[in-house]
Amino acid sequence: MLIDARDLTKTFTTADGKLPVLNGISLQLQPGETLALTGESGSGKSTLLHLLAALDTPDSGTIRHQDDDITSGNDTSRAAVRRNRIGLVFQQFNLIPSLDIAANLAFQARLAGRYDADWCAVLSQRLGLSELLSRYPEQLSGGQQQRVAIGRALAPRPPVLLADEPTGNLDEATADSVLEMMLELVDETGAGLLMVTHSTRLAGRLSRRLHLSQGRVA
Amino acid sequence: MRRAALAALVSHWRRQPLQFFTLIAGLALATALWSAVQAINAEARRSYAAAEGMLGLGSYETLADPAGRMPLETFARLRRAGWQVSPVLEGRALLGNQRIELLGLDFISAPQANLPGNPQLRETLSPNEIFLPPGIAFVAPDTQRALRDIAGLPHLIADTSLPPGRLVTDIAVADRILEAGGGIDSLILLKGAPDGTPGALAPQLQRFDRQSQGEISRLTDSFHLNLTAFGLLSFAVGLFIVHGTIGLAFEQRRPVFRTLRAVGLPLRELLGLLMAEIILLALLAGGLGILLGYLIAAALLPDVAATLRGLYGASIPGSLAFDPGWAASGLGVALIGALVAATHGLNSIRKMPLLASARPRAWAVASTASLRRQALAGLVLLLAGIAAPILADGLLAGFALMGGLLLGAALLLPLVLGAALSAGAALARGPVAQWFWADTRQQLPGLSLALMSLLLALATNVGVSTMVSSFRLTFTGWLDQRLVSQLYVTAPSEAEGERLRAWLAPRAEAILPIWKVDTPLYGTPGEIYGIVDHQVYRSHWPLLASSDTPWEDFYAGRGTLINEQLAYREDLSPGDSVTLGPGWTLPVSAIYSDYGNPAGQAIVHLPLLLTQHPEVPRLRHGILTEDPEGLARALHEEFGLPRANLIDNGSLKAISLQIFERTFTVTGALNVLTLSVAGFAILTALLTLSSMRLPQLAPPWALGLTRAQLARLETLRSLALAALTFALALPTGLVLAWSLLAVVNVEAFGWRLPMFLFPAQWLWLLALSLIAALLAAYLPVRRLARTDPSQFLKVFADER
Repeated sequence: MLIDARDLTKTFTTADGKLPVLNGISLQLQPGETLALTGESGSGKSTLLHLLAALDTPDSGTIRHQDDDITSGNDTSRAAVRRNRIGLVFQQFNLIPSLDIAANLAFQARLAGRYDADWCAVLSQRLGLSELLSRYPEQLSGGQQQRVAIGRALAPRPPVLLADEPTGNLDEATADSVLEMMLELVDETGAGLLMVTHSTRLAGRLSRRLHLSQGRVA
Repeated sequence: MRRAALAALVSHWRRQPLQFFTLIAGLALATALWSAVQAINAEARRSYAAAEGMLGLGSYETLADPAGRMPLETFARLRRAGWQVSPVLEGRALLGNQRIELLGLDFISAPQANLPGNPQLRETLSPNEIFLPPGIAFVAPDTQRALRDIAGLPHLIADTSLPPGRLVTDIAVADRILEAGGGIDSLILLKGAPDGTPGALAPQLQRFDRQSQGEISRLTDSFHLNLTAFGLLSFAVGLFIVHGTIGLAFEQRRPVFRTLRAVGLPLRELLGLLMAEIILLALLAGGLGILLGYLIAAALLPDVAATLRGLYGASIPGSLAFDPGWAASGLGVALIGALVAATHGLNSIRKMPLLASARPRAWAVASTASLRRQALAGLVLLLAGIAAPILADGLLAGFALMGGLLLGAALLLPLVLGAALSAGAALARGPVAQWFWADTRQQLPGLSLALMSLLLALATNVGVSTMVSSFRLTFTGWLDQRLVSQLYVTAPSEAEGERLRAWLAPRAEAILPIWKVDTPLYGTPGEIYGIVDHQVYRSHWPLLASSDTPWEDFYAGRGTLINEQLAYREDLSPGDSVTLGPGWTLPVSAIYSDYGNPAGQAIVHLPLLLTQHPEVPRLRHGILTEDPEGLARALHEEFGLPRANLIDNGSLKAISLQIFERTFTVTGALNVLTLSVAGFAILTALLTLSSMRLPQLAPPWALGLTRAQLARLETLRSLALAALTFALALPTGLVLAWSLLAVVNVEAFGWRLPMFLFPAQWLWLLALSLIAALLAAYLPVRRLARTDPSQFLKVFADER
């Protein structure tokens, strides 16, 4: 099993008091599986994804990545999980503006020590980025930037790809094309995909769907 | 509407207290250093004016002999011919260990309203008290205390209108103290005196406008110009901080400006409100700066007083009086500085379309084109600075060189740093290193103002410390050469002097008279020394240039030695003729270095001096002896000479070096203050940037770098930028040192100093700048290392 999360809870403290966001959620992700996480705004989708991506820690519950418990680790071990086991795609792309596209594409793979120039070349070709490698993020359209973000996440061939509203900033046609590419590449690499989305249409293209409501699986 | 709009604008500062503090502190610091320098200059100038205008003599013309003192008979002849004149005798005397400026006036004929002491007091004094020994003298209260225990002085009366170190007495008393032998320096032309010169009555006398004789203020002009230049530099460094902070505040408030305009606030009103806000902030910061400046000036003034006394013999009090003039000037520069800093921001708001994107642009992201324009301006300034001393002479050309050099280098800095960082990125191998260099380059626009101020401070530091250290090294060697005698003795009177020489003859290796006359040389204050024929001069005297046989010509009476400042001022070289008085011309045998002396000086063979100036006081002597201590003891016992009249070579050197060190205490203090302001600039820039760094740091964090790693990289970035800035500041500082030594010093003082290099000082300064960068990075880095992951997550959740 790629991810095995059990009984996760998370509460945030706000000006109005404590706000429980996740109330005992469990989920599993198998190799090659594509899972859509849907729900209304504030249902806890992004928080759950942040916990699974080792970007944040739950108040209670456990998360195992390939049988390793990541909830008990410290900052360094969580950074290693992000670096080595996860590919992350964000709605806001979050490319590194100071690096050109080629360097952005290769960044995580090189960080994880798994840089493969041939695979990066394949990725850039498949994602239609070959002509854009020497440009900088600010010179690219939103769709192009999101394709770079997907390429960056897949470059180290991570076992898990986590995507938070990856098409949220794109028009419908571009969103379809970006998702298509992401699914193809996930399929080729055998990675598992967990994607947070508002769109039931896009969620329907994934193999499984989990709907969250008020911090629970509906 | 205005109130609501103002509340919306001002609310920014409530939410950004750090930015508010930065702005106020930057402007206050800039104003403080400027005001401190202005306060010191104003205090000194007031003292000079008091000294010159004292007794109201500034309003009288005088008659004087450019060649030196006139005999009493000249005065008598003019009086008999009906000229309304009053005699004046001036000079310096060492009373105890106090160097005193003496002014002797004829208390009967001098303008009564202008005499020191109030008229009622003078009426209570009997003529006998005033004119018969010991007589009376007026001095400042401080001077009265300092001279209290010295025997043989007139009765001292305190007068608060007098500057310290000045003693005013009857001309007869002054003549006795100065041993002037009845000589008179000048004649005050009283009301009713004829126009023109006395002609055949006294053909050697010339008429002088008293105001033009402001010797001290003229001599010290260059010193005050130096201080002003330092003040301006500090102000410029402070202005960088203000510019950065105001620019940031404008950028961050762009959405507010847009909204205010969208809801109906006219552009003109918006600009007016922003101007009002800037003026208010400038007045607040300026007020604080003036207060701080007063404290800095008060702390520095005793050292400035010592410097002016040591260098020019000018006396100013060691305490500071508040003067609305420099306070107003401080507020003025604070206002101008803030408005200049805000010009760009105001202009961009003026041009901002109403429907412009509400998202703030990245702070101060300079385009390549604007960086190039800035670098081009820097290059032009640099070239203009280099051209200045080639195309023009004078101190201002020297300052233009330094200004062009410093500002040019500062403006070129971002481009040079950008190139260095690009080279670093090209050479980087790992992804983190690659990101580090590229990201540092992207931070450059936000940090460039602070780094430019650091460059200014570092270059100034290198330049000034190289100048001071070169001067110290030269001065120490020069003292060793110049102070040839082991013991220096001053006789209390001519008669005692004669007895002393006779007594010393069998007991010392040699007696070297140090006799001189104060006499104008080429219309400016000067002095002529006479020396005897002795090998010690030939082997020790610090000659800079000479004819083929300088000493042979000199001792044969066919030549004179002149100091470097006289040679420079009058463009004299060995072989040229120099006029030492009316009808007295000699070829220049050699030119010698004479550091620290503002006056022109010539040395002739003693018999020649005695022929030309038989009235020369014969009191000071240098003694060559193997036992200076024993001889001093014996002299003390035999002649009852006070310790102040007997000084050995080592003590004299120590005193000279002490004066030297004190002279540069102020420079050192201003240097440190400027560096501190630059350090503060980096701190504020890093703190400001750190609050905007999260979006740039979140992706690498999300991709697997820990907060600790990022914090280490941020520290490294700060150190790398400081080190790169230092690398450019070092050559800039060395060129600055050269211009100080070879251009400014020559123009200001008339002497040129050799330049030495002090690599240990550079290492120390590099270490200091790295420490400053480390300290400046500490708070932002600590904040980053402790940033809660949820803050990073906000970046991805787009909740910023």
